[in-house]
Amino acid sequence: MYPLGNSAAKGAGMIKLNVNGRVHDVDAPADTPLLWVLREWLGMTGSKYGCGAGVCGACSVHIDGDVLRSCSVALGDVGAGKVVTIEGLSPDGLSHPVQKAWLAHEVPQCGYCQSGQIMAAAALLKAVPKPTDDDITAAMQNICRCGTYQRIKAAIHDAAKGGAA
Amino acid sequence: MNQINGLGRRGFLGTVAAVAGGMSLGWNVPAAQAQGAASAAANSAATAAGGVEVGIWAVVMPDDRVIVRIARSEMGQGTLTGLAQLVADEMDADWAKVQAEYIAPEVNQANKRAWGDMSTGGSRGIRASVEYVRKGGAAAKAMLIQAAAAQWGVPAGECSASESVITHKPSGRTLRYGQVAAAAAKLPVPDNVAVKQPSEWKIVGKGVKRLDTVEKLSGKLIYAVDLQLPEMLNASIAQCPVFGGKIGSFDAAKVMGMPGVRHVLRVGDDTIAVVADKWWQAQTALKALPIVWDEGPNANVNSASIAKHLESGLDAKEAFVGLKQGDAEAGLKGAAKVVEAVYGTPFLNHATLEPMTCTAKWDGTTIEVWVSSQNGDASLAAAAEAAGVQLANVKVNKHHLGGGFGRRGQQDYVRQAVLIAKQVPGRPVKMIWSREEDMQHGFYRPITMAKMKAGLDAQGNLVALHARLSGQSILAHLFPARLAGGADPVQFQGWNKEEFGYQAIPNILIDHAMRNTHVPVGFWRGVNHNQNAVYLECFLDEVALAAGKDPLDFRLGLMGQMPKLRAVLQAAADKAEYRKKLPAGVFRGICANYGFGSYTAAVAEVSVSKQGEVKVHRIVAATDCGYAVNPDQIAAQVEGSFVYGLSALFTSENTVEKGRIVEGNFDTYEVMKLDQMPKVETVVVPSGGFWGGVGEPTIAVAAPAVLNAIHAATGKRIRTLPLKHHDLSHA
Ligand code: FES
Ligand code: FES
Repeated sequence: MYPLGNSAAKGAGMIKLNVNGRVHDVDAPADTPLLWVLREWLGMTGSKYGCGAGVCGACSVHIDGDVLRSCSVALGDVGAGKVVTIEGLSPDGLSHPVQKAWLAHEVPQCGYCQSGQIMAAAALLKAVPKPTDDDITAAMQNICRCGTYQRIKAAIHDAAKGGAA
Repeated sequence: MNQINGLGRRGFLGTVAAVAGGMSLGWNVPAAQAQGAASAAANSAATAAGGVEVGIWAVVMPDDRVIVRIARSEMGQGTLTGLAQLVADEMDADWAKVQAEYIAPEVNQANKRAWGDMSTGGSRGIRASVEYVRKGGAAAKAMLIQAAAAQWGVPAGECSASESVITHKPSGRTLRYGQVAAAAAKLPVPDNVAVKQPSEWKIVGKGVKRLDTVEKLSGKLIYAVDLQLPEMLNASIAQCPVFGGKIGSFDAAKVMGMPGVRHVLRVGDDTIAVVADKWWQAQTALKALPIVWDEGPNANVNSASIAKHLESGLDAKEAFVGLKQGDAEAGLKGAAKVVEAVYGTPFLNHATLEPMTCTAKWDGTTIEVWVSSQNGDASLAAAAEAAGVQLANVKVNKHHLGGGFGRRGQQDYVRQAVLIAKQVPGRPVKMIWSREEDMQHGFYRPITMAKMKAGLDAQGNLVALHARLSGQSILAHLFPARLAGGADPVQFQGWNKEEFGYQAIPNILIDHAMRNTHVPVGFWRGVNHNQNAVYLECFLDEVALAAGKDPLDFRLGLMGQMPKLRAVLQAAADKAEYRKKLPAGVFRGICANYGFGSYTAAVAEVSVSKQGEVKVHRIVAATDCGYAVNPDQIAAQVEGSFVYGLSALFTSENTVEKGRIVEGNFDTYEVMKLDQMPKVETVVVPSGGFWGGVGEPTIAVAAPAVLNAIHAATGKRIRTLPLKHHDLSHA
């Protein structure tokens, strides 16, 4: 959808980028991966670098409501797309139903993958408010080396029920 | 201070004297020194925010918050919370107001390592700290009570504490910890105090919430990779892809004009760094940098040549003996039936999700680093050595780790960051390894093989066992000085006199033909237990079946000398209803292991389609870690250890071609995702009386239980990992 490097707008110059409801002027080449724009140009480090190759999901963000791997999206291809990162998921960083469920289930271990996991889960629940196990396994393809998958699954079901137990 | 107070103190010291002597363990700081620690540590975040140190393990804030000092590292395993529970419980602190902070390695160093060992590995984070952190908590409580008693002018013995409130029983008066902390801090730290009996624990043993979760949900936790400092530059590095090779030449001019690029540097003789304003710019330029490597003597080594090297050890005359009882050779000769099989496991990268990263700043005399490390002391020493300065000229800022698993005990990346910073004085430089760099420059789980031989008598009793290991030694690579007469005791994990579970076998020989390679190896979560448990626990299944016996009964019959291992295996079997029939097409496998001070066992329920697709439906994992500090976090570690262990079983491996690691990223180094996650049911059976590890022990039982179930399902005995190379289709 946003293939890296296929940007029509290669080259220098300010590029407008809407992140968490704020429009930034970014002075970065159009082929810069969105992940690094967020982390280094905008100083928003909640989205993580895990593989840089679209494989791990640690960098997951929403663009116009779809979850995408920001390491594999070129800045120039975001265009007017509205980017939401973990920093913008909820006003206090805690009150999104997925965040609440994550806390209730004590999902994170090291936590490094969790920004991406939470963004993926939030997008899933928006698209499929009552996901089945199969919906969850199909949608949640992010790597967690600490192995928190069992709790991720339980927390998503809980968030879908509209409340963290 | 008044007389009553003095009496109270004497009373207290009297109690202390009774339990003193040999009990102070890692914390031998006389009171005066502990006071020194207090002033030296005054710049910690908690004290800067107005807290006072009561003893060295806790800072009490005016609002009653208790900030527990943590010397070990938090990498997801929950040690930070567990240690805080131990201190807070002894303090009788209100858990709702407990927080934690790291003690800085240089502060530890400057105070004769008053906070003990900072290394966090071998599942020792809690069990090796329990004695002194609990004493620290108990000492703080004694001081707080003492201060309150002094304020009231009553004997301390008339006062008690609960949930951060001190009560004078006769008068009913109360004072909160925050109200007396300043006075308590001025008292001498009692150098030995009694700790609670397990029956008195209120916070220990409870599945309380972790202290470090909230900031992991909002993206606000600053991992080392996230650090942003004023004037900071960023570096990406390339190390010679062939281990043992060096830099030949590179053409810096080709990339110096690229956006943001500041420097192209040599880092030692085998690494090149590009330093730029932003990491993405450094990485982009590094990829464009023409480099010629001097690949050195190992450029022709590959997985096939390594396999040959290991195979030569399977029947070699020379081998180090790890365990010997009776006469295995004679036992095998006289056996009615001999079972023999060869097993093997590959190199494995830790693949922490946060790649190796470290920031360093050199100002001409001192070096400051920001790092996620499993060993703050070692990071301090490595930074000093790389910078060529005294320890006193080093500052280490510890960050929570984005995964450790044993990898971040090594300090190679700290040294590199320091060597880079020294060439860019005055500005902090953050070095981040690309995933590819991380994958190809690990300290891999060593490659090993095992030739297993068992002798059965006419009644099907196991009368002789010979396990011959052949493979690479971790100690030979990392700490050759720790080899014992050339032998690597780590190689025999689970198979030594202390840990081997089946000592009822009359004739046993376990030995190791060391076959080292040029690939760097290290401690990978679970270490040699992983490989050894696969070899032994799968082979025992083979032997049980050859003897016509049930694998569970067969094992239980050999575990007489290890009642706790027997009990934990029985507990897993009971929970899994081992004697009950499973639904059609689902099969069981079992196994057990003793390691890192804990007894573990697992039952796996698995089905394999005719086409050979494996599905793990359920895992029952039992662990006896003696005392369970936080059962919910134990469950989390058990669940996670199965993900790590089953990734290794199903898909992960590192192979060698032309002297270098072939796999570069998670596309080829495949790890488990949510869709393969089995349901893991954790059974914690804490029998008490000892402190066992938690982070690693259960990983050893992950693969063998599933492999044994796969055999039950397919009749196929898989002896080399990973499974992705095997055809499991069956009729
Ligand atoms: S960092 Fe983007 S998918 Fe891994
Ligand atoms: S919590 Fe550590 S990688 Fe997922």
